Amino acid sequence: MDGAQAPPVVEAVGIAKRFGPTVALADGNLSVRAGETHALVGRNGAGKSTLVGVLTGLHRADAGEVRFAGKPAPAPGDRAAWRERVACVYQRPSVVRELTVAENLFLGRQPRGRFGLLSPGRLRREAAELLEAWAVPVSPDLAARDLTVEQRQLVEIAGALSLGARFVILDEPTAQLEAKAINRLFDRLRDLQQQGVTFLFISHHLPEIYEICQRVTVFRDARHIVTAPVAELSHDKLVEAMIGEARGLVQVGADRPSVSADAEKVLELSGVGVPGFVESVDLSVRRGEIVGVAGSAASGKRQLAEAIAGLRARSGEVRVTGRVIKAGQVPAALRGGVGYLPGDRNVDGFVPGLSVAENATMTIAGKLGPRGFVLPKVRDGRANTMIADLDVHTAGPHQPVGELSGGNAQKVVMARALASDPEVLVLVQPTAGVDVRSKESLLGAVDEQTRSRRGALLVSDELDDLRVCDRVVVMVGGRVVGEHPRGWNEAELVAEIEGIGESGV
Amino acid sequence: MSPVSESTTVSTEVPTEPEAPARPTPLTGRPANRLRLAKLRDLALIPPIIALLVYGYTLKPDIFLTHSYLVDSVLKYQAVLAMVVLAEALVLIVGKFDLSLESIVGIAPAVAIFLVVGNTSVLGAPWPTWTVLPVALVFGGLIGVFNGLLIVRFKLSAFIVTLAMLIFLRGLQLTLVGGSTISNLAKRVPVIDYLGNVRILTLPLSIWIVVVLFAVGIVVLGYTRVGRSLYAVGGNPDAARAAGIRVERVIWMTLVVAGLLAALAGLMMSAQLASVAANQGEGMIFMVFAAAVIGGISLDGGKGSLFGALCGVVLLGLIRSVLTLAQVAPDQIEAVYGLVILVALVLARLTSGKAQD
Ligand SMILES: Nc1ncnc2c1ncn2[C@@H]1O[C@H](COP(=O)(O)OP(=O)(O)OP(=O)(O)O)[C@@H](O)[C@H]1O
Ligand SMILES: [Mg+2]
Repeated sequence: MDGAQAPPVVEAVGIAKRFGPTVALADGNLSVRAGETHALVGRNGAGKSTLVGVLTGLHRADAGEVRFAGKPAPAPGDRAAWRERVACVYQRPSVVRELTVAENLFLGRQPRGRFGLLSPGRLRREAAELLEAWAVPVSPDLAARDLTVEQRQLVEIAGALSLGARFVILDEPTAQLEAKAINRLFDRLRDLQQQGVTFLFISHHLPEIYEICQRVTVFRDARHIVTAPVAELSHDKLVEAMIGEARGLVQVGADRPSVSADAEKVLELSGVGVPGFVESVDLSVRRGEIVGVAGSAASGKRQLAEAIAGLRARSGEVRVTGRVIKAGQVPAALRGGVGYLPGDRNVDGFVPGLSVAENATMTIAGKLGPRGFVLPKVRDGRANTMIADLDVHTAGPHQPVGELSGGNAQKVVMARALASDPEVLVLVQPTAGVDVRSKESLLGAVDEQTRSRRGALLVSDELDDLRVCDRVVVMVGGRVVGEHPRGWNEAELVAEIEGIGESGV
Repeated sequence: MSPVSESTTVSTEVPTEPEAPARPTPLTGRPANRLRLAKLRDLALIPPIIALLVYGYTLKPDIFLTHSYLVDSVLKYQAVLAMVVLAEALVLIVGKFDLSLESIVGIAPAVAIFLVVGNTSVLGAPWPTWTVLPVALVFGGLIGVFNGLLIVRFKLSAFIVTLAMLIFLRGLQLTLVGGSTISNLAKRVPVIDYLGNVRILTLPLSIWIVVVLFAVGIVVLGYTRVGRSLYAVGGNPDAARAAGIRVERVIWMTLVVAGLLAALAGLMMSAQLASVAANQGEGMIFMVFAAAVIGGISLDGGKGSLFGALCGVVLLGLIRSVLTLAQVAPDQIEAVYGLVILVALVLARLTSGKAQD
């Protein structure tokens, strides 16, 4: 590529941005060459999404300059001009949930029919053509709220490209995707790159950076640290640039003591079924044990977790430390000793308008004072402890969670799960969107919390999460099909998850 | 290709070094600052209220700032509105709508008083006069229960359900009161006399009720688990449910409480006039929403404070009386009032710095 001659597709110099007292970005620099896939990495709260906001014209920078192909950025209000230059799949979903795919694709630019009125037929047809042109296997009539994360992203990318932009920003597109979907996404990105599309790719999964990116920019503490070709920056060097010290990452859980076979069972599932998702699962978690549940998106693992937490109707029996838990009621599960971390924080993880303290203590609101009173002092005290324990990057316990960066919001959701001092933790994708170091501390927290007292059921398709587990069970088509003790072989596990292992269905 | 040089040059050509050297450290943050900011938002309406008081004083120095004028001409008439705003604020915070409150203001006292003094023998009427208060409250509460049934159980839109309820109750009241007015209630129904005449420390009982209920509401919403759960449910019901809050129950309970408060407001209104008009409460819901929104309650749910809502009520009352004092012609006063409310909304939006979608 002779990108050195052509001006960079986008160039940001000295970008600064504050939100009230928080400096989200102090010195953001970025230069993306035509045709490359450029990675942007950094710890949670480093300012990545803020820079994305500035690059897409959503935020106005307090200082600094953005240039597209050498020319100054359009005026802040000129949305059409911005959308021609840059498209973005944001960290939080940006489709209108109640509209169909077709309506979302042509939002604000619906094709007109006779008399200048909207024409549903043409809308459908053109949407179908567009989806086909970008090879997105989704029906235009589907409601946006029924899309899977993968489909939603593809629709957003297709919509963005159809606006004429040839520079696409992907803010943590893989955080909510399973392995197969990530591979499909990467194939798609490579195809599009061949066709001349430039990408800015944000992810906390460093192997992905090496897989599809040519150059990488690292941010730390709101500042630009380094930009280099990925080939010149080893994994360790990259991590060092992100966390600012040379200490390597440790494998959490490698030294966990083995669980004795007569340890008390904190969680026992017998014949648990969820209509439409889970057939009949028998499973138990002992005190001091972390049991991983792996499986594809269609395996029903997530629904199983939701049923244990009381969010879904179920059949069969769930016992926590021997006591039967009433089905379908979250308060019953909570009282019985289940701590739950939902799989998609943006859906049911937190209340964005409420403070860190309130979100983190939501499950124990009854224990923060006498007779149902909530004493702010007690609440903030508890919250401060949790903020320190989980290393949440926030201005303080009173900051609304909606203002936190994605990974820090995730830590607050984790705090909420731990707050009720549960017997068993049910965690779904606990490290989604969390940076490498925080992942270590989050999994470290799970490890530490379950050493002697509790047990944990860790539902995830991230191998890093599953490595912490004492054993991993694999679900396919709503059933448990296999079990692997610590030290499992990666290829075998993945094969079984994808349903092509010996016991596949 | 010179990627190495680029990696360094990019960082050095910063035009102006931003003044903030480092971000606030995570823990030592500034909770105090935050708190002050949140409080400030609550107090956003205090300056305009003071401004109106001053303006009113310059208009009529001899009467405006006197106790009797402020109490008997401004606040007393806002008491009913304040009660309904309290009710609506709770419903809005929990993320729902209740348009039927204004019809409860009319129907609840109408039913209760009709059973006592009406010219009828249904249900064993006439009932003893002490039943007026409990019957009105129960009636208001039952309407809340029924609204809740449709909204929570049958998952119907709160807007449509309560709109239909509003129309239905209006019709019911017309049938009951018969197009005329149940009048001359003085000295016949004790609770009406109390609400209308009793004064404590020179303030009418109705004002005390408003003050006490708002105080209770502020404490409950701010410092109890049930109160906080209203904000959680209004802010994100899914997250509230996953955190163990009984979302449906909270919504239902709020609708019932709102019905009770509206019924009490209705009795207060009847007491002021010693009668129940066929159209008692009609059109009030617009003022209720105006006051709540000016006071910072979000129509999206999960946001706002009762103190703010109360300020909204006081502000509207002052605007109206200042307009009267300024001798705006009676046939223009509504139009001017509407305009002033629009201006107040814009100001409230600007001073609070938050969008109020
Ligand atoms: N609207 C906002 N109001 C206040 N503070 C904000 C707002 N948006 C972001 N911040 C703060 O700015 C900082 C940078 O946030 P940003 O979202 O850019 O981080 P990020 O690098 O994308 O992190 P992550 O990897 O967790 O997504 C954070 O400390 C965050 O709390
Ligand atoms: Mg981000």
